[in-house]
Amino acid sequence: MGVVLETVNVTRYFGAVKAADDLSVQLAEGQTVGIVGPNGSGKTTFVNLVTGYVKPARGAVRFRGRDITPLTPRQITRLGIARSFQIPQLYLRLSVLENMLLALAIREQQHWDLWRPLKLPARVEEARCLLAQFGFDTGVDQPCAALPEGGRKLLDVALSFALRPSVLLLDEPTSGVSVEDKFAVMDRLMSVVRQSAITAVFIEHDMEVVARYAERVLVFAEGRILADGGPAAVFANPAVRTHVLGEGV
Amino acid sequence: MTLEERSLAAPELAGRRLPRALGLLEASGAVRAAVAVLVVLALVAPLLPGWLLFLLTVAFAKGLVVLGVVLLLRGDLVSFGHGLFYAAGAYTVAFALRWGVPVRDAAPLVLLGTLVATVVAALVGLFIARYRGIFFGMLSTAFTMILYSLLLKLYWLTGGTDGLAARPAGILGLQPAADTLRLTQYYFVLVLTAAVTYGAYRLAASPLGYLMRAIYDNEIRVEYMGASVRQAIYRTYVISGALGGLGGALAAVAVGHVAPDLAYWTSSGEFVFVALFGGAGSVFAPLLGAVVFEFVRNYAFKLSPYTWQLLLGSVLVLVILFAPGGLWSLLERLAQRARGGKRS
Repeated sequence: MGVVLETVNVTRYFGAVKAADDLSVQLAEGQTVGIVGPNGSGKTTFVNLVTGYVKPARGAVRFRGRDITPLTPRQITRLGIARSFQIPQLYLRLSVLENMLLALAIREQQHWDLWRPLKLPARVEEARCLLAQFGFDTGVDQPCAALPEGGRKLLDVALSFALRPSVLLLDEPTSGVSVEDKFAVMDRLMSVVRQSAITAVFIEHDMEVVARYAERVLVFAEGRILADGGPAAVFANPAVRTHVLGEGV
Repeated sequence: MTLEERSLAAPELAGRRLPRALGLLEASGAVRAAVAVLVVLALVAPLLPGWLLFLLTVAFAKGLVVLGVVLLLRGDLVSFGHGLFYAAGAYTVAFALRWGVPVRDAAPLVLLGTLVATVVAALVGLFIARYRGIFFGMLSTAFTMILYSLLLKLYWLTGGTDGLAARPAGILGLQPAADTLRLTQYYFVLVLTAAVTYGAYRLAASPLGYLMRAIYDNEIRVEYMGASVRQAIYRTYVISGALGGLGGALAAVAVGHVAPDLAYWTSSGEFVFVALFGGAGSVFAPLLGAVVFEFVRNYAFKLSPYTWQLLLGSVLVLVILFAPGGLWSLLERLAQRARGGKRS
């Protein structure tokens, strides 16, 4: 499996907080990677650095060998790196279907069209199919604001997924989701992601979720990688057990 | 519990309805009603007195400018500077007639006015499309005030406070007599207004139209989907400016005179006023707002020549208090009530 995304000696501090400290990570094609770590360890900053929202003070981000460090989030998204957000970023006044239709129009580069309607029959059909994959079989005409948190999380991911990215970064896909829905949401997400064989990276606080869905786990601490490997090996690591799982503290 | 059931139980929806205003742009009922109104307006025109034809003609022309303001409002951008395009369109007609352009017909002159305003919007938009909120509003005011100053000071060119005459020799090859001039102008403006409003209707339902609504909700998400927020705003701004220029050119033809006041900030404020008055719920709302506004102003002035602004302001306060979605939202409520009555 080739490397699809890598950070090379990326450094970024926010005041005294080391959000990324000489961080070098390589992600392989088609991998499912879980990122864990205490608050302030640099997990979300990693996603922000990769997607261009935050620029590193030093180092570089490469996508398929190309330096994407100076690019804007929009340019990076166009290259094939999509993300979802810890707090779902949706168009709340638009319906679930309209959110998806807009994502498809943008993917097709038809968002400057000012004559033909957004709701073209073929586009509506594709949008409905995509939404059904994420569990939105009914109720797609309701405004997004009417969705519960779990539904919003799913739709946030679905919108990014609709862009057909090579890398999909999910920032805490189960935060705010009830305990009973958590695994249902992740099952749904991971089944869609695995079918498409894209590289998926998800930040997660719930170790049970990480252990169940990640092939590889990256443990962040103070902007560095504390541990990297399969879930079993990583969670058996004494440093991880102490610093992240809080055992023996 | 299915997703839909959970959605319906979402706490933030309890006890309140989401604003549906912008979503009604696609309502086919509104289109049918608009077509019916258009037919009525065309049929009754020969029966109307000249003053009323004139009032409606000016209201339609201004309604197009307000439509431009509403297109930007959909992206949460309030332009207090559409007087710039209004004046650009109007003065282009006057300049063309004064400085000897061979064509003296209203139709090509209106087209020229629209093109000039579009070019102005394309240039100003390069600068202004990167700003939001109060900065967007104030910058747009600054640009229109620059034009106002130029129109005022360059007397040899603009006629200063006296303004310029703007009377084309004919309309679409017709040379209407004095008694049919108002009616001819009315039909000319009505047809153009209908055609442009249909275009705006298509725009509202297009991906770019939805993109502006998406920008209103969440600019970050738009960028993270791979679309340029600035480009969307720029393109909409240029279209909006073109509408402003068209409205100005049509108003110049109808009134037959242009003056620097067209570019004064109060003129731009009036367009925003009418946008709020009519509502942003439909592309037809600005036209409704403009017509009712012209009537209210006309009668307010007649009733109270020295305090008519007080009456106008009071009407707007009442609309904002009791129909925050503008006059259009009142029509929606009536339509909903009628539908509810029919069902029961």
